[in-house]
Amino acid sequence: MVTLETAPFEAEPGSAVEITALDTALWGVLPYVMVVVLVGGLVWRYKYDQFGWTTRSSQLYESKMLRIASPLFHFGLLAVIAGHFFGLVIPMAWTQAVGMSQDFYHFNALFVGGIAGVGTLGGIILLIYRRRTTGPVFMATTTNDKTMYVVLTAAIVFGLWTTLASVFEGEHGHNYRETVAPWFRSLFVLQPDIAAMAAAPFSFHLHTLVGMALFVIWPFTRLVHAFTAPLHYLFRPYIVYRSRDAATRRGWAPVGTRDRDTRNR
Amino acid sequence: MRVMAQMGMVMNLDKCIGCHTCSVTCKQAWTNRAGTEYVWFNNVETRPGQGYPRRYEDQERWHGGWVLNKRGKLVLKAGGRVKKLLGIFASPVQPELKDYYEPWTYDYKTLVDAPLGDDFPVARPKSLITGKDTKITWSANWDDDLGGSAENGHLDPIVEKVRRESEDKIKFAYEQTFMFYLPRICEHCLNPSCMASCPSGAIYKRVEDGIVLVDQDKCRGWRQCVTGCPYKKIYFNHKTGKAEKCTFCYPRVEVGLPTVCSETCVGRLRYLGLFLYDADAVTAAAAVTDPQELYDAQMDVLLDPNDPAVQAAARAQDIPEDWIDAARRSPVYALAKVYKVALPLHPEYRTMPMVWYVPPLSPVVDLLRDQGHDGEDHGNLFGAIEALRIPVEYLAELFTAGDADRVTAVLKKLAAMRSYMRGISLGNDPDDSIPEAVGMDGQTMYEMYRLMAIAKYDERYVIPKAHVEQAHDLEEMGCSLDFDGGPGMQDSSPFGEASGRPVPVAVETFNALRDRQTSDEAPGGTTLRGRVNLLNWDGTGAPPGLFPEKHHPGEQP
Repeated sequence: MVTLETAPFEAEPGSAVEITALDTALWGVLPYVMVVVLVGGLVWRYKYDQFGWTTRSSQLYESKMLRIASPLFHFGLLAVIAGHFFGLVIPMAWTQAVGMSQDFYHFNALFVGGIAGVGTLGGIILLIYRRRTTGPVFMATTTNDKTMYVVLTAAIVFGLWTTLASVFEGEHGHNYRETVAPWFRSLFVLQPDIAAMAAAPFSFHLHTLVGMALFVIWPFTRLVHAFTAPLHYLFRPYIVYRSRDAATRRGWAPVGTRDRDTRNR
Repeated sequence: MRVMAQMGMVMNLDKCIGCHTCSVTCKQAWTNRAGTEYVWFNNVETRPGQGYPRRYEDQERWHGGWVLNKRGKLVLKAGGRVKKLLGIFASPVQPELKDYYEPWTYDYKTLVDAPLGDDFPVARPKSLITGKDTKITWSANWDDDLGGSAENGHLDPIVEKVRRESEDKIKFAYEQTFMFYLPRICEHCLNPSCMASCPSGAIYKRVEDGIVLVDQDKCRGWRQCVTGCPYKKIYFNHKTGKAEKCTFCYPRVEVGLPTVCSETCVGRLRYLGLFLYDADAVTAAAAVTDPQELYDAQMDVLLDPNDPAVQAAARAQDIPEDWIDAARRSPVYALAKVYKVALPLHPEYRTMPMVWYVPPLSPVVDLLRDQGHDGEDHGNLFGAIEALRIPVEYLAELFTAGDADRVTAVLKKLAAMRSYMRGISLGNDPDDSIPEAVGMDGQTMYEMYRLMAIAKYDERYVIPKAHVEQAHDLEEMGCSLDFDGGPGMQDSSPFGEASGRPVPVAVETFNALRDRQTSDEAPGGTTLRGRVNLLNWDGTGAPPGLFPEKHHPGEQP
């Protein structure tokens, strides 16, 4: 039985590793570039390409495989996102403070995270298989989609690799809650803890880089539909009345004459 | 009371000859684009028949419309908000292409390109979805004129129901008994279940005229509306990833023109006009317990435009004076509520549909004539309507949630009108006992005859224009100049086909019309991606691919 005292990580985050210029570029600059592209891209696309903002569903062509693969992938992904939140955002000190042992945390992260990851991967493999083998679905696949699938699958595979690696390495594995997680949190206070991230093993570096690539292409692919998940459906009235006058305006500046005051409707 | 105006339509089924002109012109106007090949905003079904998409009326399978829950509250049949969101990753009840049909064209090119040989070349059907050879097995009107009904007739959900209820006493005698055509567009319901199903809130009802539209910018392609609509009149454009539906030809209606389907109807069977209704009363009316009382409840929601109190309330809601006047002259109000001959389609779906139907008397008349009786005599007709249970029960399942008496009453009115007017045409004194037998007076019956049989253009279509002072607020004004060869003209963009700003309908129509009128080339040739579409050919020039390329002498072929 391993206890916290014998936890295998000895390097004090940020002390033992030398920070190279590459580290600074990758873990100090790139994340902010990624955020700028992500946010800027999303704002730009939301302003100018509402019409292209859709799930681009292919269920009309094929339903049987989709009925299994798509929920498997999406629900798996939701669990994966929850896992990332738990691992990256919540500091280790907090879980320890509520009495959660490192072993218990580790077991959960691997077991639940592993199931979610395998489900997500299985889902996307099935979805890609369906996309390739169903004629009409493949014909409706654009180059943009294919690029997106490569990056998305890579992010999932490398993520799963980090998880599985820690399963096989057992207690000698790497504790990302002392490297990746502090770095992730430090990004938000604009004081990136580059050394902590640089201390993480290659598999985590790879997963993080591919993850950032995914967020960079996100606004320019069909993935944007995730940002308009229709949660407001739970609260809106069933029947929607809208005036003819309320036609959506596109772009930043109003074109032509100004609208009349809408009559009192 | 919150008075709102609603554009409505009535179709007089007695006049429909099933020529599909409405479908074809509608398709040419609205759905002759990539992604909507299988889509018919207007389709004409032969009844009895399965309809389009197949068996769409079987709500146990498709889960469309509203139902009352145990507490008597109105809920979507496909499930509540949480259930819908949980099922969003693969919409559980969704028609597939095979439920509509796989659209196709023919390989016309082979007819002229084929090398000389012993056999005549054949234009094979090619799927418009895969581009490959296909076998045509179904279409939007495959069972037209009862084609194949001996084999498929029992698949009509209403036939199924009527037979079940009559304990199979009725053998399949429909094809010998009666047949009629049912043209269908979006019902532009007062209580639309498509709108309630839309997670994004992209479907809306226009305050001014009640036309139900899909905001193409807000739609995210979740396709819950396709499930929600019990009439299956919302379609998924598989190229743009957006839902599309009948628009009631709003760009025409806004300027006082009838819809394309109405304008081109050779039988002149469509009527367009306004209803005034009480928007606050809709939900309660849609939630009455007995489905057979839904018709009455819907009638009560419609307000009398001649009632000064209603007019005052309409003015209070800023409904313009000419709209109130148009509501007074509305032919659809007259047919639905004054003469009470127009019935809503499937009121039991509880959506309060606003496209109404005058049920057909012709099957009864034809039968009498075939049997050697006088099919115009009201005595014979009244008796026949009572005796002919099969057609009446069938019509009742379509229009009154199974209330046969109501359908009988309408058919008797139509029979009485026929008989009464024949008497007058033959120079006899008007026999006022005939209208009295159906609870009308001679004057009203004559007016009904004028509206239904003479059906002057101005009386069929009473369409108030959208207001001039709101002109620059109309759906598409303000940015039209952006579109001369603008981004929307491209076939494809980096974000997948058809992303970017859509070309406003009016601009697209204007440009297409100008192209067609001024160019030597057949229009649209470049956008068909190698297909040859003869439907678009108006005789000017030749569409590319119709004839093989000319080889100049001396050039290697």
